[in-house]
Amino acid sequence: MMAWLAINFHVLASTLRKLLRSPFSSFFSICVIGIALSLPTGIYVLFENLESLSKTFTGAPQISIFLAKDASPAEISEIGSRLKRNPLVKHSRFVSKDEALEAFKKDAEFSDIATSLGKNPLPDAFIVLSRENSAQTLESLHKAMQAWPKVEHVQLDSNWARRLDSFLKLGHIATVILALLFGLALVFITFNTIRLQILTQKDEIEVAKLIGATNTFIRRPFLYLGALQGLAGGIAAWFIIAAGLHFLNDAISELAQLYATHFVLSNLGARESLSFFFLSSCLGWLGAWLSVSRHLWEIS
Amino acid sequence: MISFRQVGKRYPGGFDALKNISFSIAKGEMVFVAGRSGAGKSTLLKLAAAIERPTSGSVLVKEQDTGRLKKSAIPYLRRNFGIIFQDHKLLFNKTVFENVFLPLQISAFDPREAASRVRAALDKVGLLGRERAHPVELSGGEQQRLCIARAIVNRPSILIADEPTGNLDSEYSGIIMDMFKSFNQVGVTLLISTHDEFMLQKLKPRVITLSQGELST
Repeated sequence: MMAWLAINFHVLASTLRKLLRSPFSSFFSICVIGIALSLPTGIYVLFENLESLSKTFTGAPQISIFLAKDASPAEISEIGSRLKRNPLVKHSRFVSKDEALEAFKKDAEFSDIATSLGKNPLPDAFIVLSRENSAQTLESLHKAMQAWPKVEHVQLDSNWARRLDSFLKLGHIATVILALLFGLALVFITFNTIRLQILTQKDEIEVAKLIGATNTFIRRPFLYLGALQGLAGGIAAWFIIAAGLHFLNDAISELAQLYATHFVLSNLGARESLSFFFLSSCLGWLGAWLSVSRHLWEIS
Repeated sequence: MISFRQVGKRYPGGFDALKNISFSIAKGEMVFVAGRSGAGKSTLLKLAAAIERPTSGSVLVKEQDTGRLKKSAIPYLRRNFGIIFQDHKLLFNKTVFENVFLPLQISAFDPREAASRVRAALDKVGLLGRERAHPVELSGGEQQRLCIARAIVNRPSILIADEPTGNLDSEYSGIIMDMFKSFNQVGVTLLISTHDEFMLQKLKPRVITLSQGELST
């Protein structure tokens, strides 16, 4: 085990030295990988920010619960209690039919009609704000409320929430497709970089094979090289995205001020960043593995 | 130690490099393979070193049939050999030390022990002190000795040398043959190909003579 660790440490150190010995070509390869990765990751970051923003909108959709005309004060109070107990309900307010008529009368457009009415035709109602604004939550609330006794009609304007939800879903699909494409691009870039490395070390590989090197021994330094390039490319992509967000945030803060709110685009979190670096290393490793395997197959 | 049983080797295109070859080499023996250019000497050595596989018959090395060995087992078998190639196969971008270090690196030796072994091998061939030089800075004879150092650093039980004195003058050839005799005296089995008649007459070793891919008496 110690010998295995020592070999791997030795190979890792010599691979790092190799990367540093040719700083320009290493830098350009890493930049290409970084740019390729920053595109899908950047789009993912933007959609994640948009999704979190959609959850904090103050202009959340209202649910209006119109009660039956013959609902007694006890039944109205029961509905109020149900709303208070419901964990999905953020806030609810009772609007009596008299209060509604008063508001109707105050509206200049409808004041004449309201005064000409013989008796109040408006029902008692509750105005409800949901804790979550996803289309799914709003729909389930709508369905549940509709089934409550003495509820005549529940009105929900969830169209915009649905539209936003669809847009976010579309964004996620586009991100996945882009991630797949650029992930493949990273594999191909690493494949080609490692192929060039193999060509420069062709003699060494041949001699090593002749004197007893296993395929694992031949592969090891190239796998480290691919993984290190992938990792460095991932870190470069992270910084590219951070720089992009920094410039976008300047413009966004101005826009947010106009709406009297505060909003800042944030980069990947710590756990997401680590996962991203791990994934980029794995893709680099895969490209290197494919490249060396192809060469070993050719010489065998 | 090494046994050829009715071995044939046909290359793609139908050229028969070896036909129906049978012989055995005991442990600690020194055997020369003689013959003209194109007689099949190099092919025979490649078969003995498990670099090639026979198309017919069997080659047994340390009682292992090289033709039936799994591909993954071949590298481990090759570590029993020290191979001196006709074209040296030195790595010109690496130093003398790194060239000799390679077989030990492959066998996962402890770096400290490997370093002392490399120095011992270089000392044996008279190249101690040239560790930092590159092969291109060495003369033909020194390159050949470097190749020998790389072959013996692993302390192999079998040493296979393809025309080790081919490009050397008689003085250097004598030095290298003395080295081989010293290895043989400590129990190393040697299989050496040559077309140097003078050396064969001088040493009077056991000789396997090939002619157009066949054993000739």
